[in-house]
Amino acid sequence: MLELQNLSFQVSDDSKGAKEIIRDLNLTFEDHTFIAITGPNGGGKSTLAKLIMGIEQPTSGKILFNGTDITNMSITERAKQGISFAFQQPVRFKGIKVKDLITLAAGNQVKLPNVCDYLSKVGLCARDYINRDVDASLSGGELKRIEIASIIARNTPLSVFDEPEAGIDLWSFNNLIKVFEEMHENSENSLIIISHQERILNIADEIVVLAGGTVQARGRREDILPELLKGTEGCRFYHEA
Amino acid sequence: MDEIQKNLLEQVAGLHEMPEGAYNIRANGKSVERSTTAHIDIVTKTDKQGIDIVIKPGTKNESVHIPVVLSQSGLTEMVYNDFYVGDDCDVTIIAGCGIHNSGDADSKHDGIHSFYIGKNSHVKYVEKHYGSGDGKGERIMNPETVVDLGENSFMEMETVQIKGVDSTKRSTSAKLADGAKLIVTEKLMTHGNQTAETSFKVDLDGKGSSANIISRSVARDNSVQLFLSKINGNNRCAGHSECDGIIMDNAKISAVPEITANHLDAELIHEAAIGKIAGDQIIKLMTLGLTEAEAEAQIVNGFLK
Repeated sequence: MLELQNLSFQVSDDSKGAKEIIRDLNLTFEDHTFIAITGPNGGGKSTLAKLIMGIEQPTSGKILFNGTDITNMSITERAKQGISFAFQQPVRFKGIKVKDLITLAAGNQVKLPNVCDYLSKVGLCARDYINRDVDASLSGGELKRIEIASIIARNTPLSVFDEPEAGIDLWSFNNLIKVFEEMHENSENSLIIISHQERILNIADEIVVLAGGTVQARGRREDILPELLKGTEGCRFYHEA
Repeated sequence: MDEIQKNLLEQVAGLHEMPEGAYNIRANGKSVERSTTAHIDIVTKTDKQGIDIVIKPGTKNESVHIPVVLSQSGLTEMVYNDFYVGDDCDVTIIAGCGIHNSGDADSKHDGIHSFYIGKNSHVKYVEKHYGSGDGKGERIMNPETVVDLGENSFMEMETVQIKGVDSTKRSTSAKLADGAKLIVTEKLMTHGNQTAETSFKVDLDGKGSSANIISRSVARDNSVQLFLSKINGNNRCAGHSECDGIIMDNAKISAVPEITANHLDAELIHEAAIGKIAGDQIIKLMTLGLTEAEAEAQIVNGFLK
């Protein structure tokens, strides 16, 4: 279980002084749930994801993971506690091969056929990719799929995906939906997915609408999604922001 | 050879025992082991230190190892090795130098390797440099490589200097005839107070000749590196050089590229990028459970692999 208690995050803005990105936010995520976080651009979604992973440190408030206070833990410690994070814009490395990255993600005991399985799950032919560098020679979509494969390989109790659909073509997108469904159905792990895509929201158990750094709405997909689909103009969640 | 020398030999040439094919092993200023084959001859020079390596035309899939090890503190040597590669050959040449210095006097190996490569020949040349020992005396290596590439010949040169060499000045110059091709990959890491200077001068004289010089380096602690490259396009040709450097701690790297097109159809490109390890690379590896130090080591090792 992940609990966010009175979480706030401010950045200093030269012209306007401090700017609050996340405001006194309280959220609890139960185990084995698939939660989609959506909301307008600039609403604080990506920041929230980074606060969970420890990439950003909150100005105030607490984060508890399975009862342990992880607020002051480093990224590494949180990773070891069982949290994974898929970047919106995956990082490129000169000299680190796809095989190396997946192996690091899975833990060094992993065998090559498993590495290939993870890549197949995201629609990449392993033979063509394992020995390629995770560098500028890969397209944005390929890189994104490798990023997702690295999260599948980690297989942790909680995985946070920051806009996994960004930069993915239509064919891959269909597969991506399947990947998330499988991850959810075949394990006890929890997923938090930041997304604007209706089709991703459509497979989540719950939807959280984040705007202006606070929770505008939260509930079961069946209750929240129809309201969101009325369009942003008519959407009361967006208006309240 | 003693254990220190054997260890150096393993580091620079990957050798646990005597290699197959032709070889000449030089230890503390003397040739200690040599073997020749029906196609490859090794002859000691009579006018100065060094050897001539003569590879007969048509020699295929053979290798020559010519490692040098120095374990006697204070030894200074200057060695001339000339390689005569006939036409239509396909050979691998493995050179390299290891210095172990546990004394207070500087140990120094300067070597000039000259290659005369015949028509249509392919040469893979690998050179590793390594230093060990904890004496105050410096471990100094100044390798010079001079290459004359004949028509449609191809040379791949890989140089690696990862550890223990206090001071190095590496100079490589090449002249390419019609259709000749040169690819150089350099991997360099300096630490402590080391200095390394590496310079390339390539004359693309021949029609359709091409050169690609790729340097990847990491400078840590207080070390200083200088990368110089000059490519002259004197005919219809293609030249590319690339210097990619990671700086850490208080280190410094300078890249000074020069490309000169003396012909309308010369296409020359230089790329250089120097900077610290990208923060998001470290963060990504930390999200996989690596500590910051482990992430840094992984990135550096990968970069220089």
